Amino acid sequence: MTTKPSEKTLVVVQMTGGNDFMNTLVPYTNGHYYDARKKVVIRENQVLPINDELGINENAAPFKRLYDEGKMAIIQGIGYPDSNRSHFRGMDIWHTAEPDRVGSEGWLGQAVRELDPKAENVLTGVNIGAGLPRAMAVTGVPVTSVGDLEGYGVMNRIEQDRLKNKALETFKGIYGQAIGTGPVADYIGQTGLDVLSGADLLAEVADNYESTVEYAENPIAKSLRDVARIHLSGLGTRIFYTQHGGYDTHANELAGHPKLMTDVSGAISDFLDDLEEHGASDNVTVFAFTEFGRRMRDNGSGTDHGTGGGAFIYGKNVQGGLYGQYPSLDPADWEHGEDLKHHIDFRGIYATLLEQVLDVEARPIVKGEYEQISPFRA
Amino acid sequence: MKSDRALVAHLMRRAGFGATPAELDTLAQEQTYEDIVEDLVNPERFEELDEAYIDRYYSGEPVALHVGKWLYRMVNTRRPLEEKMALFLHHIFPVAWGKSEHGPSLYTEIAMFRRVGLMDMKTILLELSRDPAMIFWLDNNENHKDEINENYGRELLELFSMGVGNYTEDDIKAASRAFTGWTFRQPLSLYPNGHYPAEFEFLEDDHDYDSKTFLGETGDFDGEDIIDIIVKQPATARFVSRHLYNFFVEDELQVPSWKTEPAKNEDAIAQLSKVFLETGGDMRAVLKEMFNSDWFKAATSFKKVKSPTELIAGVLKQTGEFSYPVPGIQNFAITSLNGSLVEGPLAIMGQRLMNPPTVEGWHTGHEWIDSGTLSERVGFVERQFEDLSKPGVKDMVDRVGSLDDDPSQLVDRCLDLLGSINVSEQTYDSLVAYAKELSSIENDDVEGSVGVHNLLQMTASTVDYQFE
Repeated sequence: MTTKPSEKTLVVVQMTGGNDFMNTLVPYTNGHYYDARKKVVIRENQVLPINDELGINENAAPFKRLYDEGKMAIIQGIGYPDSNRSHFRGMDIWHTAEPDRVGSEGWLGQAVRELDPKAENVLTGVNIGAGLPRAMAVTGVPVTSVGDLEGYGVMNRIEQDRLKNKALETFKGIYGQAIGTGPVADYIGQTGLDVLSGADLLAEVADNYESTVEYAENPIAKSLRDVARIHLSGLGTRIFYTQHGGYDTHANELAGHPKLMTDVSGAISDFLDDLEEHGASDNVTVFAFTEFGRRMRDNGSGTDHGTGGGAFIYGKNVQGGLYGQYPSLDPADWEHGEDLKHHIDFRGIYATLLEQVLDVEARPIVKGEYEQISPFRA
Repeated sequence: MKSDRALVAHLMRRAGFGATPAELDTLAQEQTYEDIVEDLVNPERFEELDEAYIDRYYSGEPVALHVGKWLYRMVNTRRPLEEKMALFLHHIFPVAWGKSEHGPSLYTEIAMFRRVGLMDMKTILLELSRDPAMIFWLDNNENHKDEINENYGRELLELFSMGVGNYTEDDIKAASRAFTGWTFRQPLSLYPNGHYPAEFEFLEDDHDYDSKTFLGETGDFDGEDIIDIIVKQPATARFVSRHLYNFFVEDELQVPSWKTEPAKNEDAIAQLSKVFLETGGDMRAVLKEMFNSDWFKAATSFKKVKSPTELIAGVLKQTGEFSYPVPGIQNFAITSLNGSLVEGPLAIMGQRLMNPPTVEGWHTGHEWIDSGTLSERVGFVERQFEDLSKPGVKDMVDRVGSLDDDPSQLVDRCLDLLGSINVSEQTYDSLVAYAKELSSIENDDVEGSVGVHNLLQMTASTVDYQFE
């Protein structure tokens, strides 16, 4: 390990597709819930109660453990105004923090620009997964997107040292020369050089890492293990981003949702354990969000797109517990007669993370003042 | 030589997915450029691929397999423009299986694009409006006489034909009313038969037969009447022409800015729009005008970024690995690693074919490139060109010659073989220096792993190779 990672770091986990918040934190004693969810329902004997009204889906047992240890903050009823229930518009809004117009700059890309204004470290922001999410994209701000940590970089497959060195030198020459030859070639040239510097920094990551934590074999566990490996190498990354897909449970939800719960809860708790083992858990905050919740009523097999949902903040530095109120389940209070109403604006949570984790001024990024919460230990 | 080899290479890249060195030899020797254009816009002159033959080797329902089959078609079709137009329509009428009733409705949609892509705009929009995948994607099955759902009506005008600023909210409502009752049905029950493609269905009882006013015209319009009115609008001619220019000629700004930003070549757009209006939006006529224009021929020097599909299909055409339906083509979409399914190079490069991110489609041009996607682009060509047992790779290596040859000639041949690529002078010099170095390394190489393929890999890793 080169340096001990000491700066506060944010890890964002995007649960893509619209997680069913009601079947994650289940209002297991509420009659309205059972009235609305005839089939796609989690029964009282399938929850791990956290109080007399709410219980964590039993498939997410590691979340119950984190909750009991005070490392999990549950944000109830988060959302954005005037949802049109589109995944794309929804994700766009979450990525750019702009519900009123189509934004182009990602909220975390803007944070990277603030954290590293001279673009000195291409690893200040790291995405783990295929394709850079818009949340991390701002023109001119280099962030590293790692589809495959072992395969990151170029000319990886050349084994002979002399040839590999020459190949890298040639690549660097070709991409370097492109800078200044026109806007697009310029951009691609710079990106090529960023790949080289990122790859140099990431090259040692695999060798440096040792852990007794055994992550499960699934995509989100693999991604968070990669986050741990990079973070523990002390390369100066302040923002990590990764996605876990499959939450768009229109059909067969009772077959598919349990595995998502198992995988994501296991991956996050293993990740935190891994940091703990390395004495690196004090400064890492995990934020898990989804673009929207699901409809109150099920459709017999799954649930359709809804609005208000929930988000989660995890970490040793977190003041665990419930934040906000569980949205009212009374049909009289439903939005558009079928949805949970949100009452926490997601921009307030972004502001909380930007200012309380990253020490970045939130106002220019979320475009205004939104009420923050205090989910961290003093 | 009847035509210029480099120009034909450019045409075949833009109007299709490139050509092998042997194909280019034949085309340039035997046909004039204009004749080649005629062949491209008249695909029925050539035999179609045998669907049953492809299905025999690539059978099953997974989306990845269908993406693989589509790549197979791109690589092997004798009607390249037909396949390229299907991709074009998938870009501008993007439907994702992530919200499709079931896979087959998406596959039949792509087959429909292939069938109508070179017809007239009325047929294209009519088929689109009757397409089950599109109906479900934009909720037209929820568009009822008593309760209209504007999703399809809005996107038809905003994204599929005219562009924002050319109609009012009332026009959207009128168009939506005209499409009430346009829905689909399942010919066989889903269980226990499995998935069968859905079929268009018109529900007379659910159609609004009242009078409507749309773009200044009033009548008892149904969806077809609306499309007739749309197709004769100059705004439609311009919007579609800009899309064609953006896809085939030169990267434009992203579509939402078109309302305010002028086209890069206004004269070209005017020229295409004129043909569009004169021919009722006949795609053959418009494309023929485009391919034969001086500005298209000059576009060899434009920096148009290859989409991941263009890059991958182009490389696969060159390697020849899939000139027969051998197993594994679905791995370019989804592949398995250590027992779990992971996304393949198409997705890692940012284009999940048949699963576009939004109804706006993919952001193209330089937005295809970030550090992760570029890393994968370079890694992909490295992997594809290292295996000399692939017939296309072997052929190219044979054509390049020996590393003992003059290094400039070696580089010239590589550039030519990979599609007459234009590179900057500095890149050219770097490649020549690399060729020299390779020759010296080869002489000291005991394992015999260094060779001409390394130069091909490097040539395909350049900045210039990222451009069409």
